[in-house]
Amino acid sequence: MSRASISLAVLAAILIALPLFAGNYALSVATLILYFAYTGQAWNVMMGFAGQLSLGHALYVGVGAYAAGALFFHYGIGPWAGLWLAIALCVALGLAIGFLAFRFGISGVYFALLTIAFAEFTRIAFDHFGWTGGPGGMFLRVAQRDTWDIANFRGPPLMYYYAMLALTALALLACRLLLRSKAGYYWQAIRENEEAARSLGIAAFRWKMLAVAISAAMTAVSGVFFAFYYNNLFPEQIFNISRSIEIILGPVIGGVGTLFGPLLGAAVLTLVSNGITDALGALGLEIPGIKQVFYGFVLLAVVMFMPHGIWPPLARKLRL
Amino acid sequence: MPAADLVANVVVSGILTGLVYGLMALGLSVIFGVVRVVNFAHGEMMTVAMYAATALFAALKLDPFLAMLPIAAAFFIFGYVLQAGLINPFITRPEHSQFLLLVAVAIILSNALLMIFGPDAQSVQLDYQLESIEVGPLLVDKARLYAAIAAVAAAGTLYSFFKYSLVGKAIRACADNYLGARVVGLDVRHLYALTFGLGAVCVAIAGCALVLLVDVTPPLGPAYTLLAFVIVIVGGLGSMGGALLGGVLIGVSEALAGLFIVPSAKSMFSFGLLILVLLLRPQGLLGSRT
Repeated sequence: MSRASISLAVLAAILIALPLFAGNYALSVATLILYFAYTGQAWNVMMGFAGQLSLGHALYVGVGAYAAGALFFHYGIGPWAGLWLAIALCVALGLAIGFLAFRFGISGVYFALLTIAFAEFTRIAFDHFGWTGGPGGMFLRVAQRDTWDIANFRGPPLMYYYAMLALTALALLACRLLLRSKAGYYWQAIRENEEAARSLGIAAFRWKMLAVAISAAMTAVSGVFFAFYYNNLFPEQIFNISRSIEIILGPVIGGVGTLFGPLLGAAVLTLVSNGITDALGALGLEIPGIKQVFYGFVLLAVVMFMPHGIWPPLARKLRL
Repeated sequence: MPAADLVANVVVSGILTGLVYGLMALGLSVIFGVVRVVNFAHGEMMTVAMYAATALFAALKLDPFLAMLPIAAAFFIFGYVLQAGLINPFITRPEHSQFLLLVAVAIILSNALLMIFGPDAQSVQLDYQLESIEVGPLLVDKARLYAAIAAVAAAGTLYSFFKYSLVGKAIRACADNYLGARVVGLDVRHLYALTFGLGAVCVAIAGCALVLLVDVTPPLGPAYTLLAFVIVIVGGLGSMGGALLGGVLIGVSEALAGLFIVPSAKSMFSFGLLILVLLLRPQGLLGSRT
């Protein structure tokens, strides 16, 4: 076995065994890390692989969460059916945005601003959409927390942790397969130089649409998880531009376009953020805003001194 | 159906506020037009200017129109240093990298404000904020009128600077042809820093003017950033007249949406307009195709 596969096996073993020695708090932190790792991976398919910068991925999280959440809230339909509605809606939205943008030749910064505009438009629309509770939010029934009710995705923190771990592992596997597939090579060609790729006969429009559809579908699943994990949905929160920024921080800090960047970036950022909270608490510095100022400086330092993210230099050092 | 004079009053007030928005967006437009970097910390810089104006008012009873001068000077230095120290090394980096850099700056700015001023809304209270001038059937708020005049004056000064001064022409040369500008011996990095400084001055003046019309809280930053994006895309990124026109359009459409529909839905129109313009005329109303 190669060094890489041994390391991966060790990492997998640690993550599977984590609940044996982690309390509920540590488990919730780990679940959050995996949530951002998975969602970051979904964003990475579009930006890291195919080079299409989306700054509005909160749109897909929100629509996915509201689709599955509303089915459950109004009709008692469980998340396994709601998941398909969420995916279908998000893929349709992604394809609509992609079609409009790519057909009209919108790329780069303009494409990024278009994705923000759609997310903001949807946020305000949901604020005025009474069926999902409007700005007052939608609250899912919280059932008993000690038994595993897989049909309704209700259970103890352990269940959510393993669900997120499975999703992250699946996404990693899927992305590895995608990167080594014809689509993956076409995406990378489009990312590096779209004109050159097209002159070689790659139908850039179709492959970019595929990237958007896959990314939207994966992010829809994050939304369904979000709805049933947190049980309350507010348009102001779930569609907020700062949610979109959170999603992309992990992969950008970890390494855009790499397989392990999103996981590493999400872990580093969450741990740094918690570390800052603890350190400031120990020093008795509890001024509102001070934590985010430190966090901002960490981001600044990473993006300045590690232009390709943490993973590429780390992988070289570990010879993976 | 609201009465005609009410609609006219709302339109006029939308135009005046829109000109202040336009000046803020002009800063973004000038920076993007020359440096080719989207300033994602624009709205946060705007809230910093507004806080600076409220702080100078609280400490020295300084009218925001006078506070404009020291705040604009400080913003020029801040913008110059930000571009020279942080952003210049990023001009050849990919967009997501630039985005993250400016998001980090935005996070630091907005939370520094939270640390210093706390979460409560701040405002200035001056006598003439309650006064208005009667023009026929119209009642024009004095403060709003002065703010719009300041915005137009600042935009006009900037326009003449770019049009007639040697440095302004040099900056336009950098924007038109980066390589050519370097070939003829222009110090492009210095000119980029000057441009960012000038963009920051627009924000400073717009912030001081706007603080007479609305209260300021630390989390307003992203909303102003988005507003500036919408305005410059609608008007045309890099077009100076486009920024003011976009500001007026957005100001009027928001004011009318607030009158005819629910006020909370007003920015939906802005984003709807943005999507339409991006799709139908991506270079913006007054922008030129590159």
